[in-house]
Amino acid sequence: MEKKRVNVRLVSSVATIALVASSVATWSLTAARADDAGMGPGPKAKAASFPAGGTVDYTKQPYTPDAYKGTAITKDGNRDCSYHNTSMKDYSGQTLHVLAPPPPNMGEPMEQHGAEFTKLTGGKVVVDHVDVGSLYSKAQTAFQSGISPWDVVVNFSTWIGDFQQDYYSIPTKYTTGNGELATMLPLYKQIYSWNGETKLFGIDADRHFLKYRTDVINDPTAQAFYKQKTGQTLQVPQTWTQYNLMAKTFNGYAAAHQPAGVPFSGSVEIMKRDDLMWSAFINRVAPYAKNPNVKTGFWFDANMTPQVNNPGFVRGLTEFVDAAKNYIPQGGQNFGLSDEISAYGAGKGLFSYTWDDAWSQSNQPDSPIKGYVLAAPNPGAETVWNSNTKKWDTPAGGVNRAPYIAWGWSSAIPKYSKNKQMALDFLCFFANQANHQIDLSIGRTGVNPSRSADFTEAFWTKNLGWGKDATDSWLATLKTYSSAHNRVFDLRVPGNGQFMSALADGVAQALAGQATPQAALDAVAAKWKDIEQQIGVDKIKAAYQNVLKLENS
Amino acid sequence: MQTYKLTNTYYKRAFLLPGLILLVAIIIFPLLFTIRVSLAGWNVSHAGLDFVGGHNWARAFHDRLFWDSMNRLLIFSFFTTILQYVLGFTMAMVAWRGIASRRFFRVLWLIPMMTTPSVMAIVWRSIFREDIGAANGIFHGLGLHPIAWSTEIFPATFTIIIAEVWQWTPFMFLILLAGLLSLPKEPFLAAEIDGASAWKTFWRVTFPMMAPISAGAIVIRLIEASKIFDSIFSLTSAGPGNATETPSYFVWKRYFTEFQISYGATLSLIYLIVAIIVLTIIGQIFARLSKPKGD
Repeated sequence: MEKKRVNVRLVSSVATIALVASSVATWSLTAARADDAGMGPGPKAKAASFPAGGTVDYTKQPYTPDAYKGTAITKDGNRDCSYHNTSMKDYSGQTLHVLAPPPPNMGEPMEQHGAEFTKLTGGKVVVDHVDVGSLYSKAQTAFQSGISPWDVVVNFSTWIGDFQQDYYSIPTKYTTGNGELATMLPLYKQIYSWNGETKLFGIDADRHFLKYRTDVINDPTAQAFYKQKTGQTLQVPQTWTQYNLMAKTFNGYAAAHQPAGVPFSGSVEIMKRDDLMWSAFINRVAPYAKNPNVKTGFWFDANMTPQVNNPGFVRGLTEFVDAAKNYIPQGGQNFGLSDEISAYGAGKGLFSYTWDDAWSQSNQPDSPIKGYVLAAPNPGAETVWNSNTKKWDTPAGGVNRAPYIAWGWSSAIPKYSKNKQMALDFLCFFANQANHQIDLSIGRTGVNPSRSADFTEAFWTKNLGWGKDATDSWLATLKTYSSAHNRVFDLRVPGNGQFMSALADGVAQALAGQATPQAALDAVAAKWKDIEQQIGVDKIKAAYQNVLKLENS
Repeated sequence: MQTYKLTNTYYKRAFLLPGLILLVAIIIFPLLFTIRVSLAGWNVSHAGLDFVGGHNWARAFHDRLFWDSMNRLLIFSFFTTILQYVLGFTMAMVAWRGIASRRFFRVLWLIPMMTTPSVMAIVWRSIFREDIGAANGIFHGLGLHPIAWSTEIFPATFTIIIAEVWQWTPFMFLILLAGLLSLPKEPFLAAEIDGASAWKTFWRVTFPMMAPISAGAIVIRLIEASKIFDSIFSLTSAGPGNATETPSYFVWKRYFTEFQISYGATLSLIYLIVAIIVLTIIGQIFARLSKPKGD
């Protein structure tokens, strides 16, 4: 009897402890969040330790001094957060916490510039590296609890819809006048803003564009071969139809300067489900589904009905599936971004069409295809779906162009940070002219051109040794994107990850032959409706207005 | 006397307390909290523990992709465990019977189990890479067509099974060898005197006597196999399509990449419940089958 009583007491004690602990956790999660506007103590003034206009030499920087021998030397800039101006700030005794991915992409420059910042100001910069796949959940977990262990977070710009309410607005002095971001192209200033406020500190800028092999496209023998095989003239593809035909025709072809022993395929693409495939897929769909006459949206219509299964999307997916079957490298269906970069850089394909990385790889001094790759805008389409009339339109001029301005690396200051001034000074220093130039030069940092000064030929040909033709074609392409009016942007709404994950699931099933393109995308659309219900249609609709502003700009 | 009893009870409770606290902290609290989370609508845009009743549970029961992943897990677990058992038993028999360099082989066979699963998965990925992998290299050398190891459904399933079997067969080997070494010698002597062949001795003596140990080893491996994640994450990322997606990967994706906290919690609870039920049934069946006749 006594034993039973003891057991009952024990069980009830355990249950009580568990319930109390559970309640405490519940309370802590639902407790009101404090929006701490604390700017922190800020810097003390001190004499400059770095001369105005001095030489910034990364062969002597403290993080990895031997990594950049002979490559990263430049002059300090003259803007607000130059080395000289930063060296007049004393942050000794203060510590800044940064959430960043591992080196090299963003993780490496965060460490480098953090070490330089410490050297100049005495303030400590602690970089907390987490793998790219965990960046989102780490930040979201902290922000939902109303806290942030970090004063700076590195993120994808496409997450702005999820996090904008958790980010501190960057004061205009950093984006105007003598601010370091003042010369950023207007397009990217828009991308880093939410309802007119700058929420992201822009340290990168991205877009997807076409890379093509000149030893095929411009080669008379290849041109004759193509004419004979297809009856058409070989040129830089203007439409996806042309791209597909060229890729199919030249799959397995012996390109004039093909590296020895490297098999040649028609196209190197990202097709691995959970490795940014959704982002590559958007290019395949964009010109078929982004109609310049439809102002109600690329992703949703005016009633927030998902458009992912409209005939434009289905056409793009059908061609994507055809590519997977017919003209990608062996194993290409399992290629993620890093595979795409290395495969194209090794000379394994005629075309590739996503981020700048494969381009940089192809232009490196040790690239086996250096001098045989040029850039161009991604292909358009000879027909475009009109979601209002439910008919295919024939675009003016015969080709509908719809460049995809893909998400890129960005950074932000959580509003919960209690050290915002130091965070601002650090990010501003990170983005100063000298550091920006060095990051662009090193390539693997993940920083791509975004400012007016980046679009000068001399910088790339002299600093990086790129060929003149290659540089010109690349800069011309980027400029085209900046001035285009029928562009596609990421779905910058709450739940972006969930929407894109659902899209990737459907596309992957079609690629694997588990479903037809139409059936796969119908399932995606149904999932998207569920996601809208889970998150709230009104919430998504309100956020989507920001995307529409970009789409219709 | 009364005082002694009270003190004794007090001490009993005091000594139990550290264990209980640990139990509450690492099992009961997380479990209760997960149940509570599964009844909330916690997602990417809604933090906290409101109450949505059985909404997530109903949604999970209608989630075809989740149940597909569960079916796939059954197939993976069945094939990997059977292969591991057959190979492990064979290796154990070889080591038990004694061959040249038996000590060397014993250590060699244990290497896969001692290696971190994610590291081994990366090695296997290098082997099965379709463009530059060793497997297709050998096929190429033999004049055969390369195989789409990771981009076609059947070969991708096969690569996962191979990696799992390679990694965990030594576990079976170890347990079964220990079982073989503990068997009494008399039945074998009797079989020898009766002139039983090697096969008959195995089938009529060794195998039946090893049944309880085999059942235990198989159930333990099934429990482990039901948690398969590392090799799928590293080798196929659940592809092609979702052809190699198991519940652990499915739940991980919902929870961590899509931040569907409540739904992820619900799925993990269902996964746990199904695993407990299935493994209990299998355990009971094995217990009955391995019971010596006449007991």
